[in-house]
Amino acid sequence: MKRARVAYAGAVHEATPHHDAGGARLRLADGRIVAEDAVVWLPPFEVGTVVALGLNYADHAKELAFNAQQEPLVFLKGPGALIGHRGQTRRPADATFMHYECELAVVIGRTARQVSRADAMDHVAGYTVANDYAIRDYLENWYRPNLRVKNRDTGTVLGPWLVDAGDIDAPPALDLRTLVNGVVTQRGNTRDLVFDIPFLIEYLSGFMTLAPGDVILTGTPEGVVDVRPGDEVVCEIDGIGRLVNTIVDDAVFGRA
Amino acid sequence: MAPLTSVPFDVAPFRFSGTVYGTLLNHRDALDALGASIHEAPYKAPPKSVVLYLKPRNTLAGPGDVVAVPSDAPELELGPSLGLVIGRTTCRVSEAQALDHVAGCVIVADIGVPHASFYRPQVRFKARDGFCPIGPRVVGLADLGDLGQLGIRVHVDGQLVHESSTAGWIRSPARLLAEVTDFMTLAPGDVLMTGVPHGAPRVRAGQRSVVEIKGLGRLENRFVAMAEAEP
Repeated sequence: MKRARVAYAGAVHEATPHHDAGGARLRLADGRIVAEDAVVWLPPFEVGTVVALGLNYADHAKELAFNAQQEPLVFLKGPGALIGHRGQTRRPADATFMHYECELAVVIGRTARQVSRADAMDHVAGYTVANDYAIRDYLENWYRPNLRVKNRDTGTVLGPWLVDAGDIDAPPALDLRTLVNGVVTQRGNTRDLVFDIPFLIEYLSGFMTLAPGDVILTGTPEGVVDVRPGDEVVCEIDGIGRLVNTIVDDAVFGRA
Repeated sequence: MAPLTSVPFDVAPFRFSGTVYGTLLNHRDALDALGASIHEAPYKAPPKSVVLYLKPRNTLAGPGDVVAVPSDAPELELGPSLGLVIGRTTCRVSEAQALDHVAGCVIVADIGVPHASFYRPQVRFKARDGFCPIGPRVVGLADLGDLGQLGIRVHVDGQLVHESSTAGWIRSPARLLAEVTDFMTLAPGDVLMTGVPHGAPRVRAGQRSVVEIKGLGRLENRFVAMAEAEP
């Protein structure tokens, strides 16, 4: 089962995929069948705490010249950064290196406190795709990665679907890729996580209670490139979804 | 987890959103205490932009709540901070208009496991359950006077262990809001801590803390060993 949250005709709805002779459309919970581009896609669940992993694929860590770690590099993000599928992300005019990060997002479904690795997957509600943008120009060496790099309005894209955990073999071994204007620029497989999902849930729940709606962005593999206004960025994870985003410039946001 | 329902307030938006941001090194004395090291590795340069961090919803606690001291940390540091409670959506505000978006102020006790480095501290130092008591009440700006002249005191077991004030900010509340909301919209009920002064006092299991900020009341909490805090 996979579900989206969309705004349509004056309300927010849960929606599921609908396929018929008309192609891929959406079925709202109230029975209406609507086109995918007739709705506004929101993050597919009520998002709580956003926990993100840095350098959790060995190849990406090497790409950024980091050595192997003993402990996950975790950072936190606020709710204001979130947008849904088919949204727009602003690239500030002064940025010289802004890159996407395609990530498997793990959504917590049951309160997790000091959960063992063996029990960790019982606390997962499902998965979605995340595209967690970074603007490297703003990186400073204080509380890295500082929020100006990683917690910008429109900088974290989630969706399109929340896919039930039961529909995906655990732990997930899924190919993921990013396409910029249709060209594949990033490839990886979620089996290559340095710290896998059961480990992360055990580790995090050892010091912070994870609640339903909290989400873990598990990190990104190598292949991050600069994206420019007008670029269409598609992050895909097999079996989870195809998350589309467009880069826009300052003028769209009324900035000179 | 209904955050902070024990801290009602009577100015809009009347409740907390549950999102709390901290500001690092916003007191001149805290930055000065780092001396020349701010120019050396791993920092290489003093902070240019405002440096923020997040206290996630599991850290939120109210007045009187018990804070568990983890078994691997003999002491915790307790950073007193003035918290700005956002009254209405704040995006790209000018310094001149910033305070019009603030509903009021509240005491925040920013608790952490002591750590020397500000480079990339582990989230587990700052984000443990209960590590962000807030209260006892939100006071509207009209009742506070000059935010930059408020005395701050911390008592542990009745002893005055820390005395400072909101004077000496590097960025005033208005300046902070202008810089932060250039890239990050704050929502009604969000809290932005204005920073912790140098020399945050330490607390151990078995102790009681009181944080006072002039005009904002007293925020009291109790610290217990993790084993005692188990449900």
